[in-house]
Amino acid sequence: MWRDYLLPGSVEEALDLLSAYDGRARLIAGGTDVVPQLQEGSRQVEALVDVTRIPGLAAIAGGESAISLGAAVTYRQAIHSPVLQANAAVLVEAGRSVGSPQIRNVATLVGNVVNAMPAADAAIALFALGAELEIASPAGRRWVPIETLYIGPGQSRVDPTREMVSCVRFPALGENQGSAFVRLSRRKALALPVLNVAVVVALAGHAFAWGRIAIGPVAPQPFRAHGAEEAMRGMPADADSIRKVVEIAAGEAQPRSSLLRASREYRQQALRVLLHRALEAALVRAQCRTSVEE
Amino acid sequence: MPTLVMTVNGATTQLEVAASDLLADVLRDRLGLTGTKIGCNEGECGACTVLVDDQAVLSCLYPALKAQGQQVETVEGLAANGKLHVLQHAFMEAGAVQCGFCTPGMLMSAKALLDENPQPSEPEIKEAISGNLCRCTGYYQIIRAIRMASEEGTP
Repeated sequence: MWRDYLLPGSVEEALDLLSAYDGRARLIAGGTDVVPQLQEGSRQVEALVDVTRIPGLAAIAGGESAISLGAAVTYRQAIHSPVLQANAAVLVEAGRSVGSPQIRNVATLVGNVVNAMPAADAAIALFALGAELEIASPAGRRWVPIETLYIGPGQSRVDPTREMVSCVRFPALGENQGSAFVRLSRRKALALPVLNVAVVVALAGHAFAWGRIAIGPVAPQPFRAHGAEEAMRGMPADADSIRKVVEIAAGEAQPRSSLLRASREYRQQALRVLLHRALEAALVRAQCRTSVEE
Repeated sequence: MPTLVMTVNGATTQLEVAASDLLADVLRDRLGLTGTKIGCNEGECGACTVLVDDQAVLSCLYPALKAQGQQVETVEGLAANGKLHVLQHAFMEAGAVQCGFCTPGMLMSAKALLDENPQPSEPEIKEAISGNLCRCTGYYQIIRAIRMASEEGTP
């Protein structure tokens, strides 16, 4: 178990502490994943560097064009944020399904992303939102697309013993855009997803301008249905197009049988239903945001 | 050993802890507040729920030093001046206590709810205790108790 527990007051101080421990310390935010991992011995560290007291890191900043969330923003904050409710419904819906109230009160979205589980609800939503992460390291800060973060299940390119994700940002949904998140799990609370789907669509008149479709857990990392996204560009925004897009996306995703989740056959059928529901909901929302003049 | 300073049930508390101590262990083993239960010890059952700065958290997953400078409330802090809290009364009245192991966690989740939302709807009550398991399955009575307490108003 860890011998030191440190509460730095700035990102720079956190990075200095990580450097001083030279790989033997790691970052902790809410700790709801890290503490059980340390308790069962699947991870070992000498020190934990808690980022949740760093001023400004628990802020949700929303402009007309972009929204950013600091590394210490909890699920509870995200769910209750008027900015996210208005401009990133997919993330609010995903956040609501994570853990329990007690978990959501302390667990952070960024921590969930860094843990790199392929089913993490918020990560699926952030994929659909086209999010970017700010990585702070001793060499400086850089922005990377969320897709580039993943190596495999539970493994991200961010090394929490040397660097930290300080912020996540994504474009705020504008006019003619809508989003939705749907999830299938064995119980209504405290259950891992059998499947989850996050969708963002944009309309141009009565056609789809573009869409982003993220699916979990059907691959070692959150999955983007690029083929379906490509196909839906310019398609009329109607039920027939949605049926076609669902078939392409379900064909790309290829869920596997899992003892924990369900059989491949069941998940293939269920995925079509979830894709359908998500696309329909996102389309209706995009239509509701269409300006009257149009 | 690091020094942990926190407020527990209104009283400032200072003690030396190991960096790896979890809040549940400090409350139970060092401060004798054994009302907080450890059930699953992995964040599933909610028996260890306490409030930190008014929010329900799982003390079995919560590093004790995370509570540095914070306000911690446990089930022992509910009764005031020898009088039970309205939630504790309602749990007795509604028969919401069977084996009693989940009760402290249920009470703390319910307190967090009523402090923030004194008149919750039934779905809001169910949501608030969705992270607390009752193996006696006495949920109906627990929900009724929380509704009764909300109708009486918290003192």
